[in-house]
Amino acid sequence: MNEIPRGPALLPWAPEMTGETAPAAPPAPPRRSLGFLPGLFLPLRLAWRQLRSERARLLTAIAGVMFAALLVFMQLGFRGALFDSATNLLGAMRGDLFLMHPMTQASFRPEPLPRGRAWQALADPDVERAVPIYLAQATLRNPETGGRRAVQLIGLDAEGGAVDFVGLGAEVIEALKRPDTVAFDSRSRPEFGPVARYFRERGPYPLQIGNREVELVGLVEIGPSFGADGNAVLSETNFRRLVTRSASNADLVALRLRAGADLRAVQARLVAALPEDVVVMTHAELVAHERAYWEESTPIGFIFLFGSIMGLIVGMVIVYQILFADIASHTSEYATLKAMGYSNFYLVRVVMWAACILALIGFVPGFAVSAFLYDFVGSATFLPLDMYPERAVGVFLLIFGMCAIAGLLAVRKLRDANPADMF
Amino acid sequence: MDRPVALRGVSFAYGEGDLRRLVLRDVSLEVEPGEIVLLTGPSGSGKTTLLTLVGALRAMQEGSCRVLGRELMGAREGDRVRLRRSIGFIFQNHNLLGFLTARQNVAMSLELDGNLTERQRLARAGEMLAAVGLADHTEKPPSKLSGGQRQRVAIARALAGQPGLILADEPTAALDKASGQEVVRLLRDLARGRGVPILLVTHDPRILDIADRIVAMEDGRIVETQAA
Ligand SMILES: Nc1ncnc2c1ncn2[C@@H]1O[C@H](COP(=O)(O)OP(=O)(O)OP(=O)(O)O)[C@@H](O)[C@H]1O
Ligand SMILES: [Mg+2]
Repeated sequence: MNEIPRGPALLPWAPEMTGETAPAAPPAPPRRSLGFLPGLFLPLRLAWRQLRSERARLLTAIAGVMFAALLVFMQLGFRGALFDSATNLLGAMRGDLFLMHPMTQASFRPEPLPRGRAWQALADPDVERAVPIYLAQATLRNPETGGRRAVQLIGLDAEGGAVDFVGLGAEVIEALKRPDTVAFDSRSRPEFGPVARYFRERGPYPLQIGNREVELVGLVEIGPSFGADGNAVLSETNFRRLVTRSASNADLVALRLRAGADLRAVQARLVAALPEDVVVMTHAELVAHERAYWEESTPIGFIFLFGSIMGLIVGMVIVYQILFADIASHTSEYATLKAMGYSNFYLVRVVMWAACILALIGFVPGFAVSAFLYDFVGSATFLPLDMYPERAVGVFLLIFGMCAIAGLLAVRKLRDANPADMF
Repeated sequence: MDRPVALRGVSFAYGEGDLRRLVLRDVSLEVEPGEIVLLTGPSGSGKTTLLTLVGALRAMQEGSCRVLGRELMGAREGDRVRLRRSIGFIFQNHNLLGFLTARQNVAMSLELDGNLTERQRLARAGEMLAAVGLADHTEKPPSKLSGGQRQRVAIARALAGQPGLILADEPTAALDKASGQEVVRLLRDLARGRGVPILLVTHDPRILDIADRIVAMEDGRIVETQAA
């Protein structure tokens, strides 16, 4: 095994036989420093070869990154879905401009505004139609168990075209004109009982809302939100029968403008013409206002942010541990590389590349599992969990940043690789 | 031409203040081109410290140390890192990277040279491994090699970069007698063939015969120089 090659076969003169010293070494060719690309690629390759050699460690790291990615995806997904659903009702409203009381923070708790503002707005030549909308909560009795639960009532003249609820067809609109009739939101939470199923099975039947018996005449689709577990649509008149309050107040007014009217100009004119007790908003502004309430005035956003941060911290600690262990177990090899002329910065690049590799190969399965869970959980809970490209990119950047920070923390360990201690 | 190594009045101390301990006292030493110099002496006499200074692994404190034409006294970290690329180091332990094959380990000493392509690096690594008698073992990881074979890979790695100087600290300490002698003879032959000077620290009396000159140290001083 250990035989030595015969000298003369390899060396032009046989110094060990003649005892002669060879002439001085020819000066080595001047070294060029590494080019930019090899300077990137060679540390990357070294990082990959090192990671690959420790299967168990690599799998742990991948699992850690994947877990973090999964957690962040789910937190952001639920957060987005809940905020999306918070605007289910207002999102289904149709109107160019909306009038609302400035103190209304969210649609489930509206501050009434004088209904007269709707007719005042009609004075503007570009405003074609004004539809007052009435919002209140009442209790709905579960037709199976008899239990009561708060439901959001939406009273409006359904012919006014101010809402676009799926299922609100001509037939239902016609039926809603009869006294004491409602249409129920079939996407309401299941706690209301088999309201929709009974309707599909036996057609119209009596329901109890508040202390009044009303007839269920149709189903619409709106979806629950934070403020309301379910919704019921009814006419202005029927709304008044259920909710006793001043007839001169409305909660929201939807305005339809003449075709070709300048939205911003009309908005500005209305702001100037109407008194201080109304704000004039576009549909997008209305939805954003509602969403901002849930995002900013409640701890809901913070809870999900907290969950995401916890996931990132756990992932970062795992990646840090792995990178640290890799450096610690190769300290003497790294020190040898330094003795060979590798700079500390070169080895820093190796560690940072290892962090990048872990970010990438942990993110990909994390993304795949999250996409699957979005589908699975989305169909089980009816939450709109969608894998937007922006979200995927955003989470990747977070995971990447997580691994980069772990890398920067681990890099300090390279200081322990001191070539002077090697001899 | 400059001598590859020229030390003049080098002193070195570890520690600060009360803990300060002088381990090199006014050492002067020269290594001629192509010369093989062995450094011996009792434990703690400062041999390793001297070698780390010559190898630009430690910052100088006092005196002058010219290595391969560069003055190390006051040299910056970056200059020292660059100079190390022209020095071949052989340690007591081979310190090969376990996740690389023998050939890849040797090629590591060429990866800092922007003149070479990957193919040239691997080819040159293969030649060096053949020169140390490991032509059949180029694709094995260090864990599949014997101790002597690993040290030969380390020699191939030290020589692959065409160094102007080889520094070795007790390269035979981890080897049994036979493979230790084989390894140093091989090192000597390859260095002679290339005209590379060697400064080698050893306690091992069995390998003294490879030297052109033996330098003995004691308590931080050079006490005796004898031509072999
Ligand atoms: N990093 C260090 N910090 C402090 N003192 C050190 C350090 N390295 C070595 N010393 C001390 O300096 C003295 C010289 O050490 P050195 O390693 O140079 O001796 P040596 O001749 O190589 O010994 P050996 O034959 O045992 O290897 C010793 O007393 C040692 O304890
Ligand atoms: Mg020593």
